[in-house]
Amino acid sequence: MGLHIEDVSVVYPAADRRPPVEALSRINLTIEDEEFVVALGASGCGKSTLLNLIAGFLSPTSGRLVLDGRQVAGPGADRAVVFQKHALLPWLNVLDNVAFGLQIQGIGKVERDQIANKFLGMLGLDGFQQSPVYKLSGGMQQRVGIARALTCDPRVLLMDEPLGALDALTREKAQELILNIWNDTHKSVFFITHSVEEALFMGTKLVVMSPRPGRITHLFDLPFSRQFLGGTPARQVKASPEFIKLREDVLKIIFADEEAAA
Amino acid sequence: MTQPSPQKAEGLFARLARAKPTKPGEIYGVPGQGNTLWLSACSIALFFFVWWLVTFMGWVKPLFVPSPAAILAKFVTVWNDGFTGTPFLEHVWISTLRVFGAFILACVIGLPLGLAMGMSPVMRGLFDPPIEFYRPIPPLAYLPLMIIWFGIGETSKVLLIFLSVFAPVVLGARSGVKSAAIEQIHAAYSFGATRWQVMRHVIMPSAMPEILTAMRIGIGFGWTTLVAAEMVASTKGLGYMVLSASQFLQTPVVIMGIFVIAIIAFGFDLFMRFVERRLVPWKGRM
Repeated sequence: MGLHIEDVSVVYPAADRRPPVEALSRINLTIEDEEFVVALGASGCGKSTLLNLIAGFLSPTSGRLVLDGRQVAGPGADRAVVFQKHALLPWLNVLDNVAFGLQIQGIGKVERDQIANKFLGMLGLDGFQQSPVYKLSGGMQQRVGIARALTCDPRVLLMDEPLGALDALTREKAQELILNIWNDTHKSVFFITHSVEEALFMGTKLVVMSPRPGRITHLFDLPFSRQFLGGTPARQVKASPEFIKLREDVLKIIFADEEAAA
Repeated sequence: MTQPSPQKAEGLFARLARAKPTKPGEIYGVPGQGNTLWLSACSIALFFFVWWLVTFMGWVKPLFVPSPAAILAKFVTVWNDGFTGTPFLEHVWISTLRVFGAFILACVIGLPLGLAMGMSPVMRGLFDPPIEFYRPIPPLAYLPLMIIWFGIGETSKVLLIFLSVFAPVVLGARSGVKSAAIEQIHAAYSFGATRWQVMRHVIMPSAMPEILTAMRIGIGFGWTTLVAAEMVASTKGLGYMVLSASQFLQTPVVIMGIFVIAIIAFGFDLFMRFVERRLVPWKGRM
């Protein structure tokens, strides 16, 4: 069971007199059930390409992705995506946005509203059912996006920098909210971020990637999200010596990559 | 400590070129912001005042520019007695029918075709050349062909207006297809949507603002072409009224006809703006 990425490479073909680009080189990664995998890396390291592969928007040049014993071939409701922004439908209200995936799957109005309401409650959006999404704050819009992704009961939740556009305070609240939801729903998560602190706090497994060609250079098992879910306050987790030590180590790796590119 | 030096004297152009700080409630640097209602009212008032002045003072002969009062009087006459034996409202009705008939036809055919051209390279490849070929040609240029092919009846009139509305409507719908953010499309696909569902639930709704704009532009072209269309053996219609009045140097009727066309067109545009606010309140908001 789980998601297995086996020896996957992606080569973008040559264009405009530029040579072909190897976006991902021989990636091997397993996302076990209920695991929270965070991908981190300098820009151009291929983390979004990896997410697009898992989502099924992109097919690998070589290698294969297997989810629960079946090869991934195209997008499907077993892998829901939460985007950074621009992914809600402004002509629908909050409730209909959250129920959108269920509507696509042909589930009747009464049932899908019931399911959507459940997840709206889980994300603290009760009372906003009828609000237009374009009038919500960025943080609330992101929560609508997460609720929408959860409604179809996916096996894997793919999050492409979902908190990147939020302000620092909202962002920390959203991190805690996502961890609590992950804890309640037992989903596997693949989460992309640019923030080292966010990556360390949220993941159970950290994947550090490097550009040119995009590849996985380091893997870390992380204890911090479990500590938070065990009752330790988030700020205390993030201020612990182990957390700070690892944060500096990971930053060093990433800065080295950025400098090599400059 | 040195005193802050007084601002250096600048040339007029330097002062004009720099933006002033904005008033609270407005956003600095937004191009063209601010309410224009009063200025528009002034512009209209000034227009009528100058018109009244030049006619009242006798600077221009009434044959060239009749006074506003003469136009109004003519309007009352035509309203009561009709023009060339046909009641005024029948002229209005027949022209409205031609323009809106052509408009509805252009929307019914043009919107699906435009959407299809946006969605499918096959459709785009096939239909792009003919549309781009005829689009810049003035309707008056192919009017003789319409007459030769379709006679002097209603067909060639409506067809001429139809063609002038058709191109902008198709192009609007076609570029509207590109309005959906790729994230919205990906979100739908990731829920297992079919291509048709993505079209129906994401691409068509997000194309609505551009479609409505295209319809507004299209109907404008329709009114523009009305007079040309009614050049062909008409005995009724606003375009016919204007044309035949001009041949008998009945300038008041010409100007009155122009105003009637402008008022109907403007009224419909107000209606379309209202529809826009109701249908796509999210336009430009996300």
